[in-house]
Amino acid sequence: MPDKNSGRGLFTLTNLVAGIIVIIGLYLIFLRFKGGLGAVTNFSDDYPWGIWKSFFIFIVVPIGAAGYTTGAAVYLFGMEKYHSVVRLAVLIGFLSYCTAAGSLTLLDVGRPERIIMAYPFVVQPGTTSLLFEVALCVVLYITVLLIEFLPFSCEWLGYRKARNWLLKGTLALAIFAVVLSTMHQSTLGAMWTITPAKLHPLWQSPYLPVYFFVSSIFSGLSVLIIMTTICKHFFKHLMNERYLDEDEGVILAFGKGACVAMLGYLTIQVFGLATADKWHYLFSSMYGYWYLLELLGFVALPCLFFAMGCREKNTKLIRWTAVWTLLGIILNRFNVTLLCYNYHLPFSEKYTPTWMEVWILITVVTIVGLVFRFIVTRMPILYDHPDFKSHH
Amino acid sequence: MSISRRKFLGWMGAVAAGIGASSSKTANAGGHFTGYPDSMGVLHDMSLCVGCRLCEEACNKVNDLPQPDKPFTDLTVLDEKRRTTPTSHTVVNRYDNVEYNGKPVFRKMQCNHCLEPSCASACMVAAFKKSPEGAVKYDPTVCVGCRYCMIACPFEIPTYEYNENLVPLVQKCTMCAPRIEKGELPACVEVCPKEALIFHKRDDLIKIARERIRKYPDRYVDHIYGEHEMGGTSWLYLSPVPFHEVGMREDLGVTSGPELAHGSLGLVPMIVGLWPAFLLGMKGMSLRREKVATKEKAEAVAIAVAKANAEGDEKVKKAKEFAEKQKEILLVKAKTEQEKAVKKALEEAAESESKTETKIEEDPDA
Repeated sequence: MPDKNSGRGLFTLTNLVAGIIVIIGLYLIFLRFKGGLGAVTNFSDDYPWGIWKSFFIFIVVPIGAAGYTTGAAVYLFGMEKYHSVVRLAVLIGFLSYCTAAGSLTLLDVGRPERIIMAYPFVVQPGTTSLLFEVALCVVLYITVLLIEFLPFSCEWLGYRKARNWLLKGTLALAIFAVVLSTMHQSTLGAMWTITPAKLHPLWQSPYLPVYFFVSSIFSGLSVLIIMTTICKHFFKHLMNERYLDEDEGVILAFGKGACVAMLGYLTIQVFGLATADKWHYLFSSMYGYWYLLELLGFVALPCLFFAMGCREKNTKLIRWTAVWTLLGIILNRFNVTLLCYNYHLPFSEKYTPTWMEVWILITVVTIVGLVFRFIVTRMPILYDHPDFKSHH
Repeated sequence: MSISRRKFLGWMGAVAAGIGASSSKTANAGGHFTGYPDSMGVLHDMSLCVGCRLCEEACNKVNDLPQPDKPFTDLTVLDEKRRTTPTSHTVVNRYDNVEYNGKPVFRKMQCNHCLEPSCASACMVAAFKKSPEGAVKYDPTVCVGCRYCMIACPFEIPTYEYNENLVPLVQKCTMCAPRIEKGELPACVEVCPKEALIFHKRDDLIKIARERIRKYPDRYVDHIYGEHEMGGTSWLYLSPVPFHEVGMREDLGVTSGPELAHGSLGLVPMIVGLWPAFLLGMKGMSLRREKVATKEKAEAVAIAVAKANAEGDEKVKKAKEFAEKQKEILLVKAKTEQEKAVKKALEEAAESESKTETKIEEDPDA
């Protein structure tokens, strides 16, 4: 498939803006290595993790959940008729995990070269560490995603033999993906159980791993709905008939799935409050109202709207509700990792990111966006490669 | 989507082995550990501390840390609340809101050297180790700088060199482990003029602290902070005022960090073991559903076709019958008509014959 964007040339407005963001961002990254983390960030001894960790691990990883949820739905739970979205889901997953691992390694940790040289796996594995488990799962899962992603590149480059060989592992990879995702999505929550008194009691819970895992399900489904919508808006000319035919069915099915997962999440959140008898926190401070806003405004309401959208077959409503749901996930992860962490500290000692931290974050997102566009406009993601139709 | 079962099991086995190996060590963390026997500790008696900052100075010197902006003799530093930093591994804070003997209370803060350290459990390169002698030691040669130890520490002690560009390290109190190995006291303990810090076997320190509380019940809150907090710490505290009033968390609980983390780590083998079975089951069910659906569809089609065929046969038969009947009717009709015609013809013939005969009879001469 020829690149249909190429006709527009390299110097479009989007590219220009993206270029400016990236150039300034790269300069700021240079400053980070010249002067240390302190030169560009507000990380402190009280807040060793800032918005980079919150975003690149705790938000990007549930965004990447689109990969395993879609794979499970299509290959394991009998929704094979929605096969068209699998490729997009794998691409989202692959890019998300590369973003998470790459940006943390290259930006956030103090000694990037030791991560690159695989110190945690080779030199001295800290096997008791929850973070070690996350790292191991992420490394294994990136490998899985790479194997799932490579066939598209092979089709693009015309490597027929390699592509057919790679596709043989599809079922095993789908199972692997779910196993690994269950572990690291939940462990991201478990990481906060080690410190019992720093996180506000409304967010702190022995069930945190379950909360994080279940919320990653509706996060992944929502992200897929959002991304198919974005692709339909910008790359409709690339989509083939099959993709466009299945679109509505996918939106309805995934909306339904997200709705059910959110219902489960609401239930276990309420059970969590009940088993630890935390009701009195709800109305005793701002944190209580904040918690209610998160749970009712960004889980219960979107859950209801998903249900309405599915009943009325209103795909537009479902698409917007997916955005709303993702905002809820972002809010929840920021709450756990930053806003309600160190809740005992006075307001003056709390962390606010520097503009440079935010700029670098936007730079990374921009680069990932450009890579996404590069891949979608070249590789057979939204259509079947004409030479390889036999697979379906 | 064909995949050999053996290959698949092999892969799952490899993962299970890896995960199993990684969790075998954590299994020990589940047992009740009350510290190494004869390990050393320090008791900080806040009722004796006068806030002279000599301990801070000694710590600075022993660890070769840079001189602070204000000298250690400058006690105005105590006007604001401070915490440990990369260049000050211990700080003394003054708490003006509480009084003992008409004077504010001072608290010294440094690494508490937990019996089961959260930082050690959290570190992905196992850079922290609790030594049997008492100190929690940090190994800078493996640290990757993820700073999860700082998140995990319930006492907010480890600090990070954010302004170091290439080789930033975590910094915290070492309990003067190198000095202890040489038979010396920790620097802060040695320099303390009021014996507000004493260094001893931890077990003895607990006995000493109990004895002090028993002897002077008016002087102390009846609690040894650190005896059980977060599973117990090597550094113990006695206070004349409730501990939360001097900024110490009283809501930490008695479960150690590793034990808290163990709960969810322990689930890993269960997930690895059960998920594939469950998912393959789901796959099997959906495949079977598909198969049944296909079969039922085929059967339904067959029945429909048969029915259609039968119906068609019936129609043909009926049409044939109808045609036969029509034919018969037509034949009968034709026959009767023919007979009629023959009859008519015969009658006519008979008539004309008789006429002729009469004619002949009428004319016999002809």
